[in-house]
Amino acid sequence: MVMKLHEYQAKDIFAEAGIPVPESRLASSVEEVMEAVEEIGYPAAIKAQVHVGGRGKAGGIKIAMDEDEARQAAEDILGMDLKGYTVDRVLVEAGVDFENELYVGITMDRSEGKPVAMVSTEGGVNIEEVAEENPDAIAREHIDPAFGLHPYQARKVVFEAGIPRDVAFDVASFLTTLYDLYDSNDASDIEINPVMITSDRDIVAADAVMNIDDDALFRHEDLAAMEEDAYENDLEAKAGEYGFDYVRLSGNVGIIGNGAGLVMTTLDLVDYFGGEPANFLDIGGGAKAERVANALDMVFSDENVDSVVFNIFGGITRGDEVAKGINEALESFDKIPKPVVVRLAGTNAEEGMEILNTDLVQVEGTLEDAVQRAVKNAQEVSQ
Amino acid sequence: MSIFVDDDTRVVVQGITGGEGKFHTRQMVEYGTNVVAGTSPGKGGQDVDGIPVYDTVEEAVDEEDANASVVFVPPAFAGDAIFEALDTDLDLVVAITEGVPTQDMAKVNKRLSETDTRLIGPNCPGIITPGEAKLGILPGNIFEEGNVGLVSRSGTLTYQVVSNLTERGIGQTTAIGIGGDPIIGTSFVDALEAFENDPDTHAVVMCGEIGGEDEEQAAKYIAENMDTPVAGFIAGRTAPPGKRMGHAGAIVSGSGTGTAESKISALNDAGVPVGDTPNEVADHIEDFL
Repeated sequence: MVMKLHEYQAKDIFAEAGIPVPESRLASSVEEVMEAVEEIGYPAAIKAQVHVGGRGKAGGIKIAMDEDEARQAAEDILGMDLKGYTVDRVLVEAGVDFENELYVGITMDRSEGKPVAMVSTEGGVNIEEVAEENPDAIAREHIDPAFGLHPYQARKVVFEAGIPRDVAFDVASFLTTLYDLYDSNDASDIEINPVMITSDRDIVAADAVMNIDDDALFRHEDLAAMEEDAYENDLEAKAGEYGFDYVRLSGNVGIIGNGAGLVMTTLDLVDYFGGEPANFLDIGGGAKAERVANALDMVFSDENVDSVVFNIFGGITRGDEVAKGINEALESFDKIPKPVVVRLAGTNAEEGMEILNTDLVQVEGTLEDAVQRAVKNAQEVSQ
Repeated sequence: MSIFVDDDTRVVVQGITGGEGKFHTRQMVEYGTNVVAGTSPGKGGQDVDGIPVYDTVEEAVDEEDANASVVFVPPAFAGDAIFEALDTDLDLVVAITEGVPTQDMAKVNKRLSETDTRLIGPNCPGIITPGEAKLGILPGNIFEEGNVGLVSRSGTLTYQVVSNLTERGIGQTTAIGIGGDPIIGTSFVDALEAFENDPDTHAVVMCGEIGGEDEEQAAKYIAENMDTPVAGFIAGRTAPPGKRMGHAGAIVSGSGTGTAESKISALNDAGVPVGDTPNEVADHIEDFL
């Protein structure tokens, strides 16, 4: 998983490394926005600071030419719901008088197992669309992680991309700086889209994306401190507290299991047998009883859920611990809120079956039977 | 026959004195694996259940003639542990650790390409040749000796499919969990190639999942190079784009790459039947044998 930085956080890091960014202020109220534009002047961009892509199209970025427009933009954007996230901060930034928009980025090419630098003259638009429709418009250069991005490689990829010659060396130097940041911060992606070429033929980073590999946060205290709990809904926030891998979906069959592949398979089987999965919830390996009880609490608190299937194939997870957790969770209710089907296999499954309070759950022996029963339960409840 | 591990495999457990390392060393020994040494920096000279502990992998190789290692070292130190193993020219390194930073793995991957060592993982359940040896955390009792090879990105899904096979009396030559991370050592293609060259493997199960392009590359390899029949399974058909499904590598990107549909159709085009359920995969394997 990755930890996303906000544009303003990434720009602070870029600026410190010597990459030019437009003058800007962070603001969290209309008054603060008005103070900021007074200092910065017009035109000014008012940009929502939320962790979603496509902010511009969704109305999260506005350009103000005067005081009225700035106030209007601040009122519109602050507090707005942007794809499920509430905007509580905006970046107020000096508008750039630009002639061209470029794209530069660095990411991990998993099929090569190496980072790759990417440069394109088609900046300012969704680069994934460019990659699909016109892949030749993006020049790529793989980087040996033992040595880093050599300056000649940065020049090569910039020339290959057809960057105008008068700014080519500047873009190449952006790129080597970006790779240094990528490497030293354990970034998973780093991207400037667009890099603007100004009318004075300078270049400036008009946007900034920087995502950090959260497996590496242990060695980046400064970045870890920027982590914010930003969840799309309360359930995902709760999953974050419990430390579960959880994704909410739109169906009504709640799914709990161990191991990503098996949980995904359980979702697929719910769909295959005519049901609709409500969530992905992986309790991970070696879960103890309390974690199991928390998982049930999670799924029960989703109002869309009409029935639950609990599918465990124990390797390091032990069936007896799972059974204990299920009992604990269910015995606390006077009436079981939603029917639960349990399937236990693998390590200590037999011990688990002996412990499991079968008055409270329905037991099935195979994955297919368990899923079909849960789908049937859900259909009966929702009728 | 089998691939990558057998009764001649002499194992050193890296991180043998930790909780996980100690527990799974016992399980591996109980299964019959020849665990000859362990390492734990600073604890050289001690022993775990009579297995000698060394400070370095090099000593374990020099003193006990180890030729394979299993890494149970915590994620912050796992990259370093894999480098240490690679620098001693072991034949095989199996990295169980989950959560190794991706850039550490990119550096490991670079070093790996300069050695003859095989790396399996990280973030994987390991490898087992039933009746001979297991290196990792797979539950030994669900496996049976036989003629089907299995390679999978996921641990528990492997167990599910293996139990579907074993219940029907279909045993396995070797089963490998290659791991769910974006950068891994042994790929599907590497494992498929080894199974193709193993005369005792008469059919192969390949369990993939959404994300990346490894399954598509495997399909291409199967079509061009394999006579041994392969049956497949792909997890994540119902995964929405942009949401990571547990594994760091299991994500359908916004541009639509890495989808289950693309993987299933690539496999079907290569003549590989893909089961809708794990049990259907076992049906296909039964048909092959």
